[in-house]
Amino acid sequence: MSRIDIRELAKQWGLVVAVDQVSFTVAKGSLTVLLGPSGCGKSTILRLIAGLENVSSGSIAIGGNEVTHMDPAKRGVSMVFQSYALFPHLNVRENIIFGLKVRGISQSERHSRLDESARMVGLEELLNRKPAQLSGGQRQRVALARSIVSRRRVCLMDEPLSNLDAKLRAEMRDEIRSLQQKLGLTMVYVTHDQVEAMTMADQVVLLKKGRVEQIGRPHELYERPQTTFAAQFMGSPPMNLLKLDLIEERSALAVACGGTLSPDRLTDGYIGVRPEHVQVGSSGLPVRVSATDYLGAETVLRLAHGGQTLFGKIDGHRRYNPGEQLHVSWSEEAVHRFGADGIRIEDPYRASS
Amino acid sequence: MPAAILLIAFTHYPTVATVIDSLFSKATAIRPSRFVGVLNYQRMLDDPIFWKVLANNAWFALGTIPTSIALAILMALFVNRSIPGRSLVRMAYFTPTVLPMIAVANIWLFFYTPDIGLIDQIASWFGFSGHNWLGDPTTVLPAIMVMTVWKEAGFFMIFYLAAMQNIPPELEEASQLEGATRWYYFRRVMFPLLMPTTLFVLVNAVLNSFKLVDHLFVLTKGGPDNASNLLLYYIFETAFSYFETHFAAALTVVLLILLSVMALLQFFLLDKRVHYR
Repeated sequence: MSRIDIRELAKQWGLVVAVDQVSFTVAKGSLTVLLGPSGCGKSTILRLIAGLENVSSGSIAIGGNEVTHMDPAKRGVSMVFQSYALFPHLNVRENIIFGLKVRGISQSERHSRLDESARMVGLEELLNRKPAQLSGGQRQRVALARSIVSRRRVCLMDEPLSNLDAKLRAEMRDEIRSLQQKLGLTMVYVTHDQVEAMTMADQVVLLKKGRVEQIGRPHELYERPQTTFAAQFMGSPPMNLLKLDLIEERSALAVACGGTLSPDRLTDGYIGVRPEHVQVGSSGLPVRVSATDYLGAETVLRLAHGGQTLFGKIDGHRRYNPGEQLHVSWSEEAVHRFGADGIRIEDPYRASS
Repeated sequence: MPAAILLIAFTHYPTVATVIDSLFSKATAIRPSRFVGVLNYQRMLDDPIFWKVLANNAWFALGTIPTSIALAILMALFVNRSIPGRSLVRMAYFTPTVLPMIAVANIWLFFYTPDIGLIDQIASWFGFSGHNWLGDPTTVLPAIMVMTVWKEAGFFMIFYLAAMQNIPPELEEASQLEGATRWYYFRRVMFPLLMPTTLFVLVNAVLNSFKLVDHLFVLTKGGPDNASNLLLYYIFETAFSYFETHFAAALTVVLLILLSVMALLQFFLLDKRVHYR
């Protein structure tokens, strides 16, 4: 009914290519996050799906119907804007039922649908307030209710949580996710926050400069990033990438990698290791501590080897001082290999996980 | 303090002096000015020209204000979109505002001149005979109204344009997604959000319709037979052509009262319907 198929979608403004040959599918009732840094075209893709921008080439289908050039209102999508787009002169009630009034839905039905959606997001007490009298989180709920009340099966969200503080953001994240699952909505959710992507998504579409970098489940992106960009975008602090041709002590590196990789296979491209897999020990790659960030449960070490920087996430009880010389190593399973072009190399000597 | 001194010297004192003056009679060579109470006001009630100019002014306000506001909104809507040569069109709309009223009146004097004026020349191509637009008591007031609208609309457009650019575009996109037509969006979202601007423009337009008389000096001098005479011009004539300064003072007081009542009415009536962000 409400699956979304996007095929070779492209959008250009003059010579600027904002979206370049993007294809992906959102399964019915699932949540797909479009993730990427600002300017990667994720919001543009969302606006193309909504019909707020004209498609340059490619196609969009919703529920099996081609909608590429269809009027936005006829596509059966609702949208939550980053700024919430509430009508400032209307109270919460009027804001929520605005669309129902436009479509000429009867008063009794308007009433029951308003009650239902207001209850779902906890706005019953605030129906007579104006948006200016609401907090950021409450405005967000009005925008959600407006989307729910439309009973459209596809919901598009454009960075809906970016104007909220950290605590509220975590709360709303869970709430949006559980609403989406309860109502069985097909949701496309745009964010630049990898934590939101990791916690909410059934599927993540990672974008860079208008192109798809990787599509997969959150753990696939985290555990098997296909490019160095994906490796560094997911996770905080990001994955350590060591540029191999800058490393003199190849044998020390081979030891750090568990000893089974032979030094002559570590010649060009990159080695990637997640900070949490870095272990401090007596053997391995020699590094110097350049800074320590104590975070309570853990400590993030900033380590220098030659001109390259590594992050290590270690137990919070151990103390290190800047300037200290250490050796770091990691298990062989923790190693990600990337070619000089930044593309992942599957190790033929290792069973793929 | 300096501001208060200036205000008192040039605004408050003259106002009070005018009110006091209006209660005295005209001084002549043999009879000095003396207190006559409300005699000047009684005379006003019996003065047919006073009622005539008051009616003229009412028609003038009714004819120019809604038209120029509607036109201003239309023009602002038009230039708020991305059209080729947008800034040129905006400038063109605004030009009449930059011109002094006297210059505008002179331009329109040429338009309205019988037989050789622009309007009559164009009309003659279609076989209409010449018409003395400013000489005919039935057409002179509408002719002046058209000119005023032409001059005012561009000025008000600037305010509407600024207000429209303050409305976030997502509001239109959100209503578009809900299936609202452009007209529905204008009626239910944009126009209500423009209400503060409309109030501001309305107050200004009302004040202007009583204040602006420069064009009468050039075009008609209030004639023919007071058909285009407005209150302020009548005050001017009374005071400086007939030297009836005390009667003019009484007229001025009436004008002041009228203006304040209208301004207050607008604020209190419209305030309830205005949404300030």
